[in-house]
Amino acid sequence: MPKGTVAITAERCKGCGFCVEFCPTHVLELSSAFNAKGYHPPHMIAPEKCSGCNLCGMYCPDFAIFGFRLAANGESKGATK
Amino acid sequence: MSTTDLHVHNPVEELLRQDRIPTIWCPGCGIGTSVNSFAHALLKQNIDLDKTAIVSGIGCSGRVSGYMNLDSFHTTHGRAIPFATGLKLARPELNVIVYSGDGDLASIGGNHLIHAARRNMDILVVCINNMIYAMTGGQAAATTPGSSLSTTTPYGAFEPELNLVQLVDAAGACFVARWTAYHVVQLERTLEKALRKKGFRFIEVLSPCPTYFQRKNNMGDALQAMLDYKKRSKIQHGCPTWETALTPSGPIIVGEFVDREREDYLTRMRKQLGPHYSEFPAQQEEHVSEGCSREC
Amino acid sequence: MHADPRTVLTGTHFINGDAACCEGALAAGARYAAGYPITPSTEIVERFAARAPEVGGLFIQMEDEIASSIAIQGMVWGGQKAFTVTSGPGFSLMMEHIGLAAMTETPVVFVDVQRGGPSTGLPTLPSQSDMMQARFGSHGDYAVIALSPNSPQECFDLAIQAFNLAEEFRVPVMFMMDECVGHMTEKVVIPPADQIEIYPRRHTQKPPGEFRLYEPGPDLVPEMAHAGEGYKVYVTGLTHDRRGYPSLNPATQKELVTRLFEKIRRAADRLVMVESDQLEGADVVVVSYGITSRVAQRAVHAARAKGIKVGTLRLICVWPFPEKLIRELASKVKALVMPELNMGQVVIELERCAAGQCQVISVPHAGGTVHDPAEILQAIERGAQ
Repeated sequence: MPKGTVAITAERCKGCGFCVEFCPTHVLELSSAFNAKGYHPPHMIAPEKCSGCNLCGMYCPDFAIFGFRLAANGESKGATK
Repeated sequence: MSTTDLHVHNPVEELLRQDRIPTIWCPGCGIGTSVNSFAHALLKQNIDLDKTAIVSGIGCSGRVSGYMNLDSFHTTHGRAIPFATGLKLARPELNVIVYSGDGDLASIGGNHLIHAARRNMDILVVCINNMIYAMTGGQAAATTPGSSLSTTTPYGAFEPELNLVQLVDAAGACFVARWTAYHVVQLERTLEKALRKKGFRFIEVLSPCPTYFQRKNNMGDALQAMLDYKKRSKIQHGCPTWETALTPSGPIIVGEFVDREREDYLTRMRKQLGPHYSEFPAQQEEHVSEGCSREC
Repeated sequence: MHADPRTVLTGTHFINGDAACCEGALAAGARYAAGYPITPSTEIVERFAARAPEVGGLFIQMEDEIASSIAIQGMVWGGQKAFTVTSGPGFSLMMEHIGLAAMTETPVVFVDVQRGGPSTGLPTLPSQSDMMQARFGSHGDYAVIALSPNSPQECFDLAIQAFNLAEEFRVPVMFMMDECVGHMTEKVVIPPADQIEIYPRRHTQKPPGEFRLYEPGPDLVPEMAHAGEGYKVYVTGLTHDRRGYPSLNPATQKELVTRLFEKIRRAADRLVMVESDQLEGADVVVVSYGITSRVAQRAVHAARAKGIKVGTLRLICVWPFPEKLIRELASKVKALVMPELNMGQVVIELERCAAGQCQVISVPHAGGTVHDPAEILQAIERGAQ
């Protein structure tokens, strides 16, 4: 059971790769898919490793991704509003 | 490829004007990254967002004010600080933050930067330093280091660069720090600390400009710039600012350099004026209109 | 609403125009100012620096005129009435921010105590050579209001008007004094506060969710909200839509710039502020403003003594220019004579409006002193032929 996950707004992504590079547990990779602007947004390649630390969100210059922790039952917590 | 629908919400979003996103910034520009640290710092410090104004000048970093869901003022080139000064004087209860770039704050607006620091005006200045004039197409700035290339220095710059943290320290700022776009967590903590402090606070944030600075100088893309920051940065809190000069390839000294106590302008003014100053509540308008839902 | 009695120095005073201007600003409700020392305007802020703290206001001496001219706009968006004071060289430095105030519809007053130019020119001597700069000095198209007092009393009275007009139309108002008027000491009567009308800030009554910062009212002037009130205002010098958001396209530009002009143009009749004498049946009318209007009096009296039918028209509000009035006048007289302390500035507008219906005689002067009335008399005689 992963401790966290990420939410991605693919259309905002400009494919800089900051989230991929600076994810401490190497959860992400730029996908081969394109968004409407022609960039490759990230996707999770190792979701089980995500700790929900939101370092990806802190680095993302385009507010296109953020991470959050999951409760033991798999529901989101902390970042909900 | 779709947004994960988990009814979750990026806390930064509430600080952004949603209808203004996406930003105009290039892929890998560090300005947006710094905004995350700034937004988290505001939230963590529980700053009253209705009492927070953000003022920018002109340039890429000058667009920050317009993306933040605060009272936003996008002023003229170089003049964010004097506008912010007037705003703070007229409404002292406001948190006034100037968010702008190196060309704007340190070159065309350099005089205002010096004098606001000297006055110890109670404003927080976040200076995004990408070492180049990016909005206008990559011309050399006062901060362009060494003999770097730019569109106006095709043979390399001949002018030495300005060390902004040393400048504002010398002018009397009460809090001076420098981080890079790589240091998102440290930057957030420093911003939190600066938000709690009164007086002129200056935080320089080195940011990649992949489109101009990195490209012109064969320094790779934005990611390369971030890895370069990671490699070259040395955290030295309290380092004398005259030892923090930036060079094209040498170490980047980062940290909180100055944290001193000095009376800010308004405090000193009131003290100096003593009995000559009289508080003056606004005159009640004679014709108070009906249906005003605002607390007038 | 009326002036606040706490700021009004009611009584009869013997003060100069600079001091009277300062008192006018205070009476108008301006308790905040920013400025930078420059002769011959500095006395205004020297007095203000002493007076403002007593009424809870302040004066800040900025590092230059550029800073002063935008600090006052910060003060206005912080909810205050504010102004700056300068003279020629400083006025030149302020131009960009006159454009910003016009674009962002920030109600502020720029006081220019005119001195001889160009450049450093004649720091302690008069001129009226910033009149075109006051109208057209900043880049881009915009409209402003410019008032021209000719006595210390008017420096007081019109300063109040300047603030009132700035608030009513949400434009920068140019208060075009000159060295003579600024340094002239005369009797100034300051009325009781309840006899001074003040135009209050056009603050919206709408709650934040329903308010759009640049939604034009029926008179094309939008309502205002300040920083710190929960409105999350977005103010930019970029071409902006009704929300205040940048919108860089010809359609928005057209709507915005047209409105900036039109809000003044629509009120042009109301903004005709002139003082006239013996216009009926006049062959020649001397059109003047500011200190020159007083010098012209002597020439007018001499011409009348010679039997010439001379009328006078003094422009109190120079911009917008009283187009219709001049057009009508030009159709009835032989000549319009315009003395001004410059090489011929406002006379260009006079010629445009006269449109060849009568002779227009410019009486230029390079500045440094006022006209010799004989020069004006000669022009009147020429016009009467």
